[in-house]
Amino acid sequence: MELLEYRGVAKHFGGLRAIEEVSFHVGEGEIVGLIGPNGAGKTTLFAMASGFQPTTRGEVWFAGRRIDGRPPPEICRLGLARTFQIVRPFGEMSMLDNVMVGAFLRHPDRPRAHDRAVAVLERFGMADRLEQPARTLTLAGRKRLEVAKALATEPRLLLLDEVMAGLTPVETAEMMDLIRTVRRGGTTVLLVEHNMHAVMRLCDRVVVIHHGRKICDSDPATVAADPDVIAAYLGEDED
Amino acid sequence: MRQDRLIGCAAAAVLAVLPLVFDNPYTLSVVILTLLYAYLALSWNIIGGIAGQLSLGHAAYFGIGGYTSTYLFLTYGLSPWLGMLAGAVLASAAAALIGLPCFRLRGAYFALATLAAAVILRVIVENSHELLGGPRGMEVRLLHDAPWYFQHTRKEFYYAVVVALVAVALFANYAVLRSRFGYYLTAIRNDEEAALALGVNARRCKLQAAVLSAALTAVGGTFYAQYVLFISPDKVFGGHLSVQIAVICIIGGRGTLWGPALGALLLLPAEEVARFVTGGAPGAAMMLYGLLLMVVIRFEPRGLIALARRATGCRAAPRAGVEVA
Repeated sequence: MELLEYRGVAKHFGGLRAIEEVSFHVGEGEIVGLIGPNGAGKTTLFAMASGFQPTTRGEVWFAGRRIDGRPPPEICRLGLARTFQIVRPFGEMSMLDNVMVGAFLRHPDRPRAHDRAVAVLERFGMADRLEQPARTLTLAGRKRLEVAKALATEPRLLLLDEVMAGLTPVETAEMMDLIRTVRRGGTTVLLVEHNMHAVMRLCDRVVVIHHGRKICDSDPATVAADPDVIAAYLGEDED
Repeated sequence: MRQDRLIGCAAAAVLAVLPLVFDNPYTLSVVILTLLYAYLALSWNIIGGIAGQLSLGHAAYFGIGGYTSTYLFLTYGLSPWLGMLAGAVLASAAAALIGLPCFRLRGAYFALATLAAAVILRVIVENSHELLGGPRGMEVRLLHDAPWYFQHTRKEFYYAVVVALVAVALFANYAVLRSRFGYYLTAIRNDEEAALALGVNARRCKLQAAVLSAALTAVGGTFYAQYVLFISPDKVFGGHLSVQIAVICIIGGRGTLWGPALGALLLLPAEEVARFVTGGAPGAAMMLYGLLLMVVIRFEPRGLIALARRATGCRAAPRAGVEVA
């Protein structure tokens, strides 16, 4: 079943065509990678699915509902949660309180939200520093917290925006494990990532965006061998 | 949390014996005013502190409270106790009306918009000569000892009322901070977009916080009118008052439970001392506020409460204070 679907989506910022036309889908239970050179429009695609940007043309559908143009909190309530490329912890709040903000979406009373948040942080191996203020975390810690917050809203689909950027190889491996755990927990994952090694090992399917268009959509091995993709990443001959 | 209860009990004990110690009317009037400002700062704290929306127009709600109860009393003979509730309802409506367009604005623009709203209201009242007495204001008709009409010749009566008000405001803050609503407001203060992404309806939360804050502030306005028995636009709608409420809360520690009360506890007596020392020079109080604000923002932007916590060796509460960008 298709959980998320981009149908002929375009996004123009004034004269700049960030997304020319993109269609693809994410099936229930998949881990799909969204890759492309810098400025290809990946984050813009996330923003349109999560309600932070309207589309210029086209539609985004989630679980049988059209969601583009709806406000972000409503989309989150429907079961689509996102993380931000530049992590955005609630700096003055403790880690536990950060995750509780997410958990409150499905559990309005405090003790329940508290227990849910602790459970999520335990899964993330962060249960030993619940009271630590979020602003004092390392980058790896912030990235984990970003995912934990989003996961606490109990989404059906999680959009992860470069959650491995800037991490050491060990931290990256941990994050990959974490994403696999998330999927085992029944959550579908769409991720934007620059770390090709991680994308190839983690994803069931990879969608490649270049200059605002989809140039490839296949399994990791096929994508890695695709001449268009190679040209996009290594540069084409000058015309 | 246990600490909060401990402080609460200690404060209650001190407040209970205070009028026995300060039996001269001047000192008691300073205490009452201090508590009134503690109450107002606590009311402001819900929208300005916890939710981080810098409102500089709270005098509008204070004025609505005072004018509504006084108008209803003078015109229809309605007890100001009931007028107080009417004022709270009216102020809530005003907060919603001001909030709906203004919450689209961020930071300084929001502050300026709220400031403007209060000025507009003041001008309207100043020009309502027949209805509200215009710039000369209104006197509350004297009934002497009439507690059912929110009046008494003894200051202890007002003292008891204002202590109850502070208790209510403290409880409101406590309840908000511990609820989902408070977590959402704190998240909005920290990063509104990140809060939206976690399903927080930021506009609705801010609006609810503004309404609650305004309703509480309006009750303070009624208290003031009954205590002084006279209100005028420059006293209750003045920009001075709006700024004072906000500054007390910020100096004390915005977004915290005890910070706003602590701010009032230090600033109001300090203001009295400044008035005494300078022989009542105009503007001395405002200069004091400005100076203290600069010092606090420079050295401890999370307010005096954070200093107090550090001094007593308690770790700062996770939800305490503000981050300056």
